[in-house]
Amino acid sequence: MTGLVDPIVVNITIFVLAIFVGYHVVWNVTPALHTPLMSVTNAISSVVMVGALLAAGSATEGYGTLLGGLAVALVAINTFGGFTVTHRMLEMFKTKDRAKTRAPRTGPGA
Amino acid sequence: MSANQIALLYLVASVLFILSLKGLSHPLSARRGNLFGMIGMGIAVATTLSMTHRVDIALGAMVVGGVSGVAVARRVQMTHMPELVAAMHSLVGLAAVLIAAAILNDPRAFGLDDPLPIGNRVELVIGAFVGAITFSGSVIAFGKLAGLGTYGRVFSSAPVTFAGQHVANLLLATVMVGAGMAFVAAPSDGAWPPFLIMIGVALLLGVLIIIPIGGADMPVVISMLNSYSGWAAAGIGFSLNNSMLIIAGSLVGSSGAILSYIMCRAMNRSFFSVILGGFGTSDGAIAGSAAQKAVRSGSADDVAFLLGNAESVIIVPGYGLAVGRAQHAVNEMAEKLRAKGISVRYAIHPVAGRMPGHMNVLLAEAEVPYDQVVEMDDINNDFSSTDVAFVLGANDVVNPLASQPGSPIYGMPILEAHKARTVVVNKRSMAAGYAGIDNPLFYMDRTMMVFGDAKKVVEDIVKALD
Repeated sequence: MTGLVDPIVVNITIFVLAIFVGYHVVWNVTPALHTPLMSVTNAISSVVMVGALLAAGSATEGYGTLLGGLAVALVAINTFGGFTVTHRMLEMFKTKDRAKTRAPRTGPGA
Repeated sequence: MSANQIALLYLVASVLFILSLKGLSHPLSARRGNLFGMIGMGIAVATTLSMTHRVDIALGAMVVGGVSGVAVARRVQMTHMPELVAAMHSLVGLAAVLIAAAILNDPRAFGLDDPLPIGNRVELVIGAFVGAITFSGSVIAFGKLAGLGTYGRVFSSAPVTFAGQHVANLLLATVMVGAGMAFVAAPSDGAWPPFLIMIGVALLLGVLIIIPIGGADMPVVISMLNSYSGWAAAGIGFSLNNSMLIIAGSLVGSSGAILSYIMCRAMNRSFFSVILGGFGTSDGAIAGSAAQKAVRSGSADDVAFLLGNAESVIIVPGYGLAVGRAQHAVNEMAEKLRAKGISVRYAIHPVAGRMPGHMNVLLAEAEVPYDQVVEMDDINNDFSSTDVAFVLGANDVVNPLASQPGSPIYGMPILEAHKARTVVVNKRSMAAGYAGIDNPLFYMDRTMMVFGDAKKVVEDIVKALD
C-alpha cells in the first residue's frame, strides 16, 4: 500500500465529514430561525461563484468568459441578496428594550 | 499565491461558513453568524480573484449581480420570502450548469487537465444534472408560490398529474443517466452532444418532479430544492477538486434535507408521498357532510370581553393572518392585554407559514418579541391550563381529527388549542383548510367563532379593549 491517495478519495472524505458537521450544526438551529437559515444557506451555496470567477477571468477570452461571466452575475445575486435579506430578518429578531422589561411576564399562565 | 496558501484561505472560509450556521442556534448570536458568513464569502471571492487574469471582467459581472441582489433583498416583503428563496435556488442551479459547461469548454482555465479525466467527468455530470433539476424545479416552485397559475398550468398551485407520470419520470431519468454515461465515455471532441442532451432532459425532469406537488406541500418542496442546490454546489466542488465548495455544498445540502424531514414530520407525510404528489386537492365530500352543524358565533366585542377577563391567552396564528396583514394589529392587541397583566404567548406550528420558520419571521416583522413566540412541542402541554386560545387564520394545524384513526390527517402533530378553557376562532367563512376536511374544533361548546377579515376583527377587538 504505497503511492498517493487519489484526489477523489480525499474529496469523498471531506464530503462525508462535512455532511456530519452540517447535520449536527443544523439540528441545533432554533426552529424560529429556519427561514433565515434557508436564506443564509442560499448565500453560502453561492460560493460556486469561485468556479464561475475562474472561467470569467480566464486568460483566454471566449465562450468560457461568457459562460463564467453570466454565472458570476447570476450567482452574485444570491451572494449579496442572500446575506442582505438574512441580515434584514435577523434585525427583526433583536430583543427590543420593551421586550426585555416585559420578559418576566411571559411565563405560563396561572 | 501558492496553491497551499489558497487552499488554507479556503479552509478559513469553510470554517466561517460552519460558524455562520452555528450562530443561528439563538437569535442573539445569529447576526454575528451572518457576519461570519459574509467574511467567509469575502475571503473566498478575494482569494479566487487573485488567481484570475481578467479581474475587470470577473468583478464587473459580480457588481452587476450584486447590485440587483441587494436591491431585491432590501425591498422584498416578508410574505414573499418563499418566492425569493425559490428564485435564489434556481440561480444556484443555473450557475452550476453554466460552470459545468465552462469547465467542459476549457478545463485548463480551472487548473484541470485537457481533455478532462474520467473522474472529473463523472463529477461534472452529477453537478450539472443536479443543477439543471434544481433550476427548472425551482422555477416551477417559484411560479406556484407567486400564483402564476394564470400564465400556465405548470405554475398552478393545484397538483398537475397525468397518466403514466411516474413511468415518464423514470424513463427520463434513465435517458438522463444514459446521456451522462455517454458523455463520460465520449472522445473529447464529441462530448458536447451527450452533455447537452443530458442537461435538456434534466431540465424537463425538474419540471415534471415539481408540478404534481400541491400548494400545501410547498414548505417541503422549498426545503428539498434548498438541499438540491447544495448538492449541485458540492458536485461542482468535486469536479474542481475544491474542498471549500464541497464543504459549503454539503452544509447546504444537509441543511435542506433536515428541513425537508422536519416539514414532512410536521405534516405526518412521508418524503416519498410528498414527492409523488397529488396532495393539496380539496375533496369537498367530507367537508360538505358536517357543514350544517351549529356553531356559536360572536362579535369582536364578545372576544374583547373574553380576552380581557382571562389570565392567560395563547394566540395560534396561521398563514391566513399574514395574508390578511393582521400581524401588527395582533401585536397591538397582545400589548394591550399584557398591559392588563394578562400572559400572552404565540404558539407556532412548524408548517404555519409557507416555508420553514416563515411565521416566526412574519411575527418578528410585526415587532412581536421572539421570546413570546413558542414552538409547538414546548407549548402544547400549556393549553389545558390556558383560559383562551385565540386561533387566527389557522385550520388544519389545530384540527383535533388528527388524533382519530381513519381521518385524512390522522397522525399529524397539531397544536392542542381544543384543550383550552375557551377557544376563539377567527375565519373568513366556514370553508375547509388545505386538507379539505372539516374541523370539529369549530363546533365545540367552548368554541366561539368570529367571522370576518382577520385584520378588521383584531382592530375591532383592540378598540373594544380600551
